Amino acid sequence: MQDVFTIANKNYKSRLIVGTGKYKDFKQTADAVKASGADIVTVAVRRVNISDKSQPLLMDYLNPKSITYLPNTAGCYTSDEALRTLRLAREIGDWKLVKLEVLGDKKTLYPNMIETIKSAEVLVKENFKVMVYCTDDPILSKKLEDVGVSAIMPLAAPIGSGIGIQNKTNITLIKEQSAVPVIVDAGVGTASDATIAMELGCDGVLINTAIAEAKNPVLMAESMKYAVIAGRKAYKAERMRKRKYGNPSSPQEYLI
Amino acid sequence: MNNLNVAKIQLNGSPYEISSETNLNQLLNELKIKKDKVAIEVNGEIVEKNKYPTVVLNKDDKVEIVHFIGGG
Repeated sequence: MQDVFTIANKNYKSRLIVGTGKYKDFKQTADAVKASGADIVTVAVRRVNISDKSQPLLMDYLNPKSITYLPNTAGCYTSDEALRTLRLAREIGDWKLVKLEVLGDKKTLYPNMIETIKSAEVLVKENFKVMVYCTDDPILSKKLEDVGVSAIMPLAAPIGSGIGIQNKTNITLIKEQSAVPVIVDAGVGTASDATIAMELGCDGVLINTAIAEAKNPVLMAESMKYAVIAGRKAYKAERMRKRKYGNPSSPQEYLI
Repeated sequence: MNNLNVAKIQLNGSPYEISSETNLNQLLNELKIKKDKVAIEVNGEIVEKNKYPTVVLNKDDKVEIVHFIGGG
């Protein structure tokens, strides 16, 4: 049976979504994205550099016709900033699938959930398909789902921290209660963190820094690809029960 | 003496001089920017791409041209 990953009525092959920030150059970005096997990449909206028009463009390296661009609102601290950014993103090329991220604090980069929910309500009314970066709080996640978002993306840990899932219980609770996809976003540090997220039953993982800041980003991208596949298969396979004591793997009868 | 054929606008936060009666299509051509890769805001309002030829810029207009860059 095929294990389909669906967001806002569209199917994707890979359950790994990757960010495109912090790479050495666009060549490395494109190589890492390719190695990751991701179908969706997050992108930021910024001013065009008017004084140096010779600079290469992301679109020259990652073709938005063959890979899904997921515009984000990284760097926005208010609902107004986030809405402005995503409305501009939609105008660039009619993008409706977007990632909403409204931050509350420059040090922890923790989401401001009051502004996030406010923004999500407006975006859903404007027919955006909104994937929302949020705290790992089951009540606020449910609120987002009630508002009509397309995916809930709780943090594993602060953005760029690389310390992995801090509250497995909350991530599990959020997954159990949600009818929309749950994607762990932010805080993954290495392959095992991504596998754990998938083993908990999450529908996907979004990774940027763990790949971009690895010594060999392209190799780490490939490792994340397999980590997500491994975790997903383990979840589907339904793991063995845990025991307190040992249990022999070889038959105990006819011992010599 | 004021030159009546030029107008100063704010482009992406910096002063920029355009010829009078420049529309958004002409501005993009002058900047060698392809319109399918950007979005434009004039004085805080997003301009739809099909309106670029008809939106003429005036003195002191605040123009923002944005595109996608790498981000997480």
